[in-house]
Amino acid sequence: MRNVSTIYQREIKSYFYSPIAYVVISVFLIASGFFFAGNLQFWQEASLKGSLDSIQFFLLLLTPVITMKLFADETKSGTIETLMTSPVTDFDVVFGKFLAALSLYVVMILPTWIFVIFLTIFGNPDFGPIFSSYIGLVLMGSLFVSVGLLISSFTRNQVVAAVIGIVSLIILWVIGFLSSYGDGWFYETLRYAGTFDHWESFTKGIVDTRDVIYYLSFTALLLFITVRNVESRKWR
Amino acid sequence: MINVKNLTKRYVNINAVDNITFNVEENETVGLLGPNGAGKTTTMRILTCFMPATAGTATVAGFDVFTDSLNVRQQIGYLPENVPLYLDMRVNEYLMFRAKLKNIPRRERRKKIDYCLDLTGIRDVQNQITGTLSKGYKQRVGLADTLIHDPKILILDEPTIGLDPNQIMQIRQVIRGLGEKHTVLLSTHILPEVEMICDRIMIIDKGKIVAMDTPANLMKQLKSSSNVILEIKGDGERIKSSLSGIDSVRSVTWKEKEDANVFYVEGSAEDDIREDIFNCIVKDNYILREMKRQPITLEEVFHQITTKETEEVSDNA
Repeated sequence: MRNVSTIYQREIKSYFYSPIAYVVISVFLIASGFFFAGNLQFWQEASLKGSLDSIQFFLLLLTPVITMKLFADETKSGTIETLMTSPVTDFDVVFGKFLAALSLYVVMILPTWIFVIFLTIFGNPDFGPIFSSYIGLVLMGSLFVSVGLLISSFTRNQVVAAVIGIVSLIILWVIGFLSSYGDGWFYETLRYAGTFDHWESFTKGIVDTRDVIYYLSFTALLLFITVRNVESRKWR
Repeated sequence: MINVKNLTKRYVNINAVDNITFNVEENETVGLLGPNGAGKTTTMRILTCFMPATAGTATVAGFDVFTDSLNVRQQIGYLPENVPLYLDMRVNEYLMFRAKLKNIPRRERRKKIDYCLDLTGIRDVQNQITGTLSKGYKQRVGLADTLIHDPKILILDEPTIGLDPNQIMQIRQVIRGLGEKHTVLLSTHILPEVEMICDRIMIIDKGKIVAMDTPANLMKQLKSSSNVILEIKGDGERIKSSLSGIDSVRSVTWKEKEDANVFYVEGSAEDDIREDIFNCIVKDNYILREMKRQPITLEEVFHQITTKETEEVSDNA
């Protein structure tokens, strides 16, 4: 676990040494502020429901930008060689990087609490759905980050990692919608695999263990594949 | 300290390392010599557990590189070829990160880092961002990183490549100093370098070991050591004919240089032809301005070793 924390600290520092963290966070906050204002004006109610749905779309676009460098940069600069010949396990490296990216994600969505403060000043919001929505956002973030991390481990080009990451997340988002085109196990599976359906119950104030398990198990699976892929340099 | 047995690494259709076997003793400095693509880096990557071998076994400090990889990695300091560093970190910070990764206890970290900063001469740049350092300094930061956990075994992949002559001398001195207390395996394609630093040389070509011996023994075997360069004043053609008259001389070529002539004399035997040449010059009363042995280049070593191999093969056939 100490190695995880060493890797984690380096990754976090690296985010704030480069412009990535600042750019991503500012873009996200500008966009989410804009959508918060728009939704508030349109619905005229003290809730975050509409705003968070729009914000989710921006998380889809920005999370792969957070994760794109994690492995691609190490492979390209060759630091993967010094890293992997140190006495650390592949899991330490993958998990440390995952936690670092997830932390940046949390730092990114944290300032949106200012919207909640606005709502309490000018209205009387229901805090249940707001809290559960943020739990949902973090869980969704861990899934998004692990998708991006996996893709970053496949390429040495950061731009490729970001683009494929965004496309994958959009696919993951829309396959749930396909379920409305039919019935049966196939469409049912699509509905379950898509992220949107699981996210929706959080916005209604429901923290359902099925949804929590969906996000956590999906994340664990992707992290497992990432560790395997990092190991695969050994048998390729 | 390093035992390699029948090691093979196969890529899609070539054997990068082909059934090699060798040992490195404790506190020995061994130079791995070979042209580009000979399999030096691949061998080192296997020994440092970066990639496993296709076949064969390797143990480092008594631990198997495949089954006991974490223990092996704790014992080695590895400097990869292009010295990858995190270019956004400061030197101090980078070494601290590496010290933590290499499990150095918290209290000793600062002391170890200071020691390595002094040893590699980078104390002046300890607060600079590694990305702004020159190639020579980056190399030294890399070297400081490999030394930081005081590993028993150092594996250095072309540690002096891309440095200026002064830096090369400094790095060689550091490595020679380390060789007294550490087992060192280094790769290079500069022959004088291994001559200076190493106890033993291993030459590999196309994944195979073609020669392994002490530098002195290896040089002795090489015929080109009998080539001599002379600078003599006088009539070139006449001097050439009298030099050609010496029994042990195989061929003489010459060209004019300012007010004298430069002669390249190739000897035919293993023994030193310089005395014969000296006697000849004294006898004919030429004015000798310079006489030196032609230094052996790695190309010649290779040429000789590989052609010797093919001769042997054709003899057997």
